[in-house]
Amino acid sequence: MLDTSIGPVPLQAYLIVAAFLFCTGVWGLINSRNAVRVLMSIELMLNAVNINLMSFSSYIDGSIIRGQVFSIFVITVAAAEAAVGLAILLSLYRNRVTIDMESFNLLKW
Amino acid sequence: MNIAYSTELICFLILSSVIISGSLAVVLLENIVYSAFLLGGVFMAVAGLYLLLNASFVAAAQILVYVGAVNVLILFAIMLVNKKEKLKPIEGLKTRRLISGGICGGLLILLLRVSISTKWNLPGPPSIGEEATERIGEHLFTDYLLPFELASILLLMAMIGAIVLARRDIQIASNAGNEFNNEKPLIDKKIPLLSENSLK
Repeated sequence: MLDTSIGPVPLQAYLIVAAFLFCTGVWGLINSRNAVRVLMSIELMLNAVNINLMSFSSYIDGSIIRGQVFSIFVITVAAAEAAVGLAILLSLYRNRVTIDMESFNLLKW
Repeated sequence: MNIAYSTELICFLILSSVIISGSLAVVLLENIVYSAFLLGGVFMAVAGLYLLLNASFVAAAQILVYVGAVNVLILFAIMLVNKKEKLKPIEGLKTRRLISGGICGGLLILLLRVSISTKWNLPGPPSIGEEATERIGEHLFTDYLLPFELASILLLMAMIGAIVLARRDIQIASNAGNEFNNEKPLIDKKIPLLSENSLK
């Protein structure tokens, strides 16, 4: 099942690490009450996706490496997202003087 | 098993354990400053995984962008909103955490099952190794040219948007109906960035 003919580390090991990182990010995204930690969890999830893309690109698509190009785009979008997210966080903090996620319930139905 | 194999295996084991324990600590630690620095460690370990996967350019980009920019940005945000805040206890927090932990565990089991039981198309074509940087450049300027330009426009938009959002003189709710602005805003002095005419 685990094919170790190409190297000592099978593809599945990378996928398992990425899956764990993604699930940790999802848990942190749901459960953290500090808004900065929510942004950190989003970064963790994006990194998990990047690990998946890179491992597939190296193991299955080794000659064309479309996955590496795609993960560069993901890194770009993640940087933009972090900048805008932290700016939103700063203006929220100026208006509500808190970073507790439970108090941002303006749009709650 | 020769020495290169065992070295790669040991490197992978160390990096993955750093990633797993670091991500758990990022999510679980109380002090957010520790979380931010550990997040930098997780990013570095992910860059190490990229090096193991023969992708030196993306590893360098990961360190430059994530450790150098995103992590520093997060630290800046922590400094700017650093207020020791007593969070109000909410009822049912434990059950919420348990339920979401169960859901995330189920998601993890599902992902593990998929990634292990799927027959991947292995082994693929041989990896090109150190040629990857040149190949990425070819990709970016031939068949991925449009996404490349779109990404640059997106970065420009994000930069302008971040400046506009984080600027100090934006006070939408100050004179209009102020019902959802319970606390007094922190802004006591307006520092206009643009001239008055351009804001109208």
